[in-house]
Amino acid sequence: MYKLFLRFLFIAGCLFLSCAAFAQDKVEMADSMRSNGKIYVVVAVCLTILIGLFIYVFMLDKKISRFEKNKE
Amino acid sequence: MSSFFVRKSWWKILSFVLLAYTIIGGFLLDVPRLPILNESIRNLYFHVCMWFGMMILFIVSFIYSIKYLRTSNHRNDIFASKFAAVGSLFGILGYATGTIWANYTWITDQNQSLANVLKEPKLIGAAIALLIYGAYFVLRGSFTDIDKRARVSAVYNIFAFAMLFPSIWIIPRLVGSLHPGAPGSESGNPALVFNDIDSRLRIVFYPAIIGWTLLGVWIATIKIRLQLLKDKTLINV
Repeated sequence: MYKLFLRFLFIAGCLFLSCAAFAQDKVEMADSMRSNGKIYVVVAVCLTILIGLFIYVFMLDKKISRFEKNKE
Repeated sequence: MSSFFVRKSWWKILSFVLLAYTIIGGFLLDVPRLPILNESIRNLYFHVCMWFGMMILFIVSFIYSIKYLRTSNHRNDIFASKFAAVGSLFGILGYATGTIWANYTWITDQNQSLANVLKEPKLIGAAIALLIYGAYFVLRGSFTDIDKRARVSAVYNIFAFAMLFPSIWIIPRLVGSLHPGAPGSESGNPALVFNDIDSRLRIVFYPAIIGWTLLGVWIATIKIRLQLLKDKTLINV
């Protein structure tokens, strides 16, 4: 009886997993953007903004360091 | 804060490297295919990191407020206020990005009514927490006496930090919320159970938290140094 129950559990588990896998395939993602490579444009734009921001903050940092030196 | 931590820039470069990785890995690496969220799960690396960064900055601010009350050193008061300021900025950014995300997932895809979204306890809690921190700055601005300002606002900052926990961590988990971590939700409780976040998300998510937080710390140190310079010129004049 116990074995039968385990077997049932196993089959139910397999069914559940396959259903889950099936459901996962149906979820819509931006796959076309990835296949035609346009996602790299987005990455390039975001990286440019990030680099620009960091250069700006870095220069601000340097400027304040200079002021601090003058004070001392 | 030692001068090593302020002037040596290894952690500033680390922040840049981690954020560059966040953008490259965050857009290009594989993510789990989730219904409703779809590709927008990548907001985890940006929207959620704002709140984590805010939390860490508020913790630092809280520690400096306690340090001020123990030592009455004016520097600690400046540290506490500037970390709270950048923490609030992160909180506002988290709120703003959250409204965009909610619009396209909860309202458009899940057909939640606007009334339902506005009842979301985490939105209300976060708004309360941010308003409490807003009042911290109003309070600071209302004093002319420097010592009184520092002491009263340090005490208030401790209260504000204590209010943060029920309003954004505890109450949304008690009353049910559209955010992950609500009782009975399928998403589990990712803030407390690490395995409730998919490992594919974690390899970008954790570096992203560190990167954004370091950027926040950097901005805070710049504000602190500017304030210290201002105070010095005031004394010299």
